[in-house]
Amino acid sequence: MSKLQCCLLALLAVAYNILACAFPALAQDPAPPAKAIPAPAASPPDDGNWSMPAKNYASTRFSELDEINAGNVRDLQVSFTFSTGVVRGHEAAPLVVNGTMYVVTPYPNHLHALDLTKPGAPTKWTFEPKPAASAQGVACCDYVNRGPAFADGKIFITTLDAHTIAIDAETGQEVWRTKLGDINKGESMTMAPLVVKGKVLVGNSGGEFGVRGWVTALDAATGKIVWRAYSTGPDKDVLIGPDYQPFYDKEKGKDLGVSTWPPNAWEIGGGTMWGWISYDPELDLIYHGTGNPGPWNPEQRPGDNKWTGGIFARNPDTGQARWFYQVVPHDLYDYDGINELILVDLPWNGETRKALIRPERNGYLYVIDRRTGEVLAADPYFPVNSTSGVDLKTGQIQYNEDKHPRMGKVVRDICPTAPGAKDWNPSAFSPRTGIVYIPHNNLCMDWESVEANYIAGTPYVGANVKMYAGPGGHRGAFTAWDPVQRKKAWEIKEDLPLWSGALATAGDLVFYGTLDGWFKAVHAQTGELLWRFKTGSGIIGQPISYRGPDGRQYIAVLSGVGGWAGAIVAGDLDPHDASAAKGFVNAVSDLPRRTTKGGMLYVFALPSRS
Amino acid sequence: MFSRCRPAASVLALCVLLLAACEREERAYRGEPVGEVKPGAIVQGTLYAGEPSPPPPQRREYEGNAYHISEGKRLFEWFNCSGCHAHGGGDIGPPLMDDTWIYGGELENIAATIVEGRPNGMPSFRSKIPDQQVWQLAAYVRSMQRAVRKDVAPGRDDHMSASPGEQSQPVQEAKPGGGTPPSSQGTGQ
Repeated sequence: MSKLQCCLLALLAVAYNILACAFPALAQDPAPPAKAIPAPAASPPDDGNWSMPAKNYASTRFSELDEINAGNVRDLQVSFTFSTGVVRGHEAAPLVVNGTMYVVTPYPNHLHALDLTKPGAPTKWTFEPKPAASAQGVACCDYVNRGPAFADGKIFITTLDAHTIAIDAETGQEVWRTKLGDINKGESMTMAPLVVKGKVLVGNSGGEFGVRGWVTALDAATGKIVWRAYSTGPDKDVLIGPDYQPFYDKEKGKDLGVSTWPPNAWEIGGGTMWGWISYDPELDLIYHGTGNPGPWNPEQRPGDNKWTGGIFARNPDTGQARWFYQVVPHDLYDYDGINELILVDLPWNGETRKALIRPERNGYLYVIDRRTGEVLAADPYFPVNSTSGVDLKTGQIQYNEDKHPRMGKVVRDICPTAPGAKDWNPSAFSPRTGIVYIPHNNLCMDWESVEANYIAGTPYVGANVKMYAGPGGHRGAFTAWDPVQRKKAWEIKEDLPLWSGALATAGDLVFYGTLDGWFKAVHAQTGELLWRFKTGSGIIGQPISYRGPDGRQYIAVLSGVGGWAGAIVAGDLDPHDASAAKGFVNAVSDLPRRTTKGGMLYVFALPSRS
Repeated sequence: MFSRCRPAASVLALCVLLLAACEREERAYRGEPVGEVKPGAIVQGTLYAGEPSPPPPQRREYEGNAYHISEGKRLFEWFNCSGCHAHGGGDIGPPLMDDTWIYGGELENIAATIVEGRPNGMPSFRSKIPDQQVWQLAAYVRSMQRAVRKDVAPGRDDHMSASPGEQSQPVQEAKPGGGTPPSSQGTGQ
């Protein structure tokens, strides 16, 4: 060995030591920090398509594509756009299946198929389901639709007038159409279906209209109803039978869906199922939430109001319940339990637990054993004051007496609000970081309970609400949460409430949009803003990523303000009335000056090298 | 002499004042039961063949009457109007306190909308609400945009104060273009 070689080696050794001190990960730590991974059976390798809004049954909304990454995202540019011709709130995720993109609009629920193999992605076909116009009168929070689903060569959509329709993905021809609800009872449908084992799973909306909530399975080939499980009423209607084994004693008893209500109140008691469903093929269980009880005024429905405001695990073939956990018994604040459920396996006290993660409307991030329904953790990701915590032994949430709504009394400064610390807009989970990325609100509210009258087909609410910015003065936040460490990794404060979904990618990027139309890419590990683009209208849609027919990676999102948060713009509401849009208008009275309505698809890619 | 007359003059003045104030409370005590509402001449446009028809008598009877308007305010909650239109700012349905009227903003237009419903989500209350209450509701809705006299508009809410109250609203004259068809406005309403 020459002197020079020796010197170089010594230098290398010194450099290595310095690097190893500065970056411990390089020092070949035998035990890398434990992190959660998506349920393997529910998260197959990425094929470059995006065939369901949640990406996979585990609902990770994670793309394994990494052509667009933290190093080059600053060059991201618009590849093509498409006007949907509809100006209400666009909450849907576009789908991409084998070179075709499918976009469903808010009412009138047009379904567009775009040919990605041709320049500019021209329209292949458009399907117009022509739902009843009167359905617009029973949509609580704008005429939204949260996306289509693809399976077996068919696209499945729900329509605002409570139908589910199967459309041939190639030709755009209707295959079947099933009427599932009645708008004259206040029923509508807004959710994205999930297809599991040849069954299309859908549920109803209308929790503000005194409907009786349900989830139902339709035969994907014929549209025939296979089973329907109600969220209220006797056990046989709820599909609670011999398989039912809840973890907590509070969920046990006969016909609780009747006995935890005043006489017959369960018939108009809500518990709608308008949110997200996940599926674990290994345990063969679907997981779904149940919405708020009706009316909002809790004094009109003494009791736990089973089975509203909770999470069910069910057998997908029969609908039979395996377990249930009521997140908010006798809900006081419209804390629907319908948010996304991310299926992960995570290290917990020395063992691996099969869990689901639920950033809940009530402000807690729940980690629940998905085999049993045991709550492993319920940690606030928002400054909650309406409740003081969750007793993990009993599963019981502790309501704060001084924030308890009373008839004829205005209770002030309740946090979170009726739309929750986080509403329907789904989080993403990255297996690279083990972090959940949560787009959410930072709002508080004043609430006055008033007597609600039940008139079929009209709202059944019974509360005056006024919302405003929460602690800190900002109205939204994008929170990165580590479910193993049980704490925030980082957080971005957003001026406006966040109503868009999140997308995480293997390029260490996380995408989300704002109510005033900014589409942003931030670093998955630090939250650093790396790129942003101003779209034509506020973003409340769900971003996706796919591999185009040309082999390149694309990012797509629908722009088009609306939903509950953007109703002030979509519905031309008047901010002189603080209670407009159930009080949300008061929190976003500046929004009409910051964005205008208009539905448009934006698709982004890196500049073409050819 | 003068000093003795002064109280009498004051009493007289008070009586005149009271009588004048009573006018805003004048009303028929019992309306017709539930039946066919005849909203009179309903015109949604501003173009007439020949002369415009005279306004129906309900305008004076209901719009100028504090009792009817305050009853309308109560019924607005009672029949769940507030569930869709909030306290005038709108929600599922359009706002009622602004200057935009898709189906006409006159008293008889609003009464007709309540009775007949409208195609984009307004439910029909035909044969569900007695005629007099329909007119009371319509008159209250007119007060939200202060299309009625200030002294007959409600002054305050009995509930959470969501807005300054109808009496304090700025007068919003319905704009001629407010009834532009929804398709060309792009509101879907």
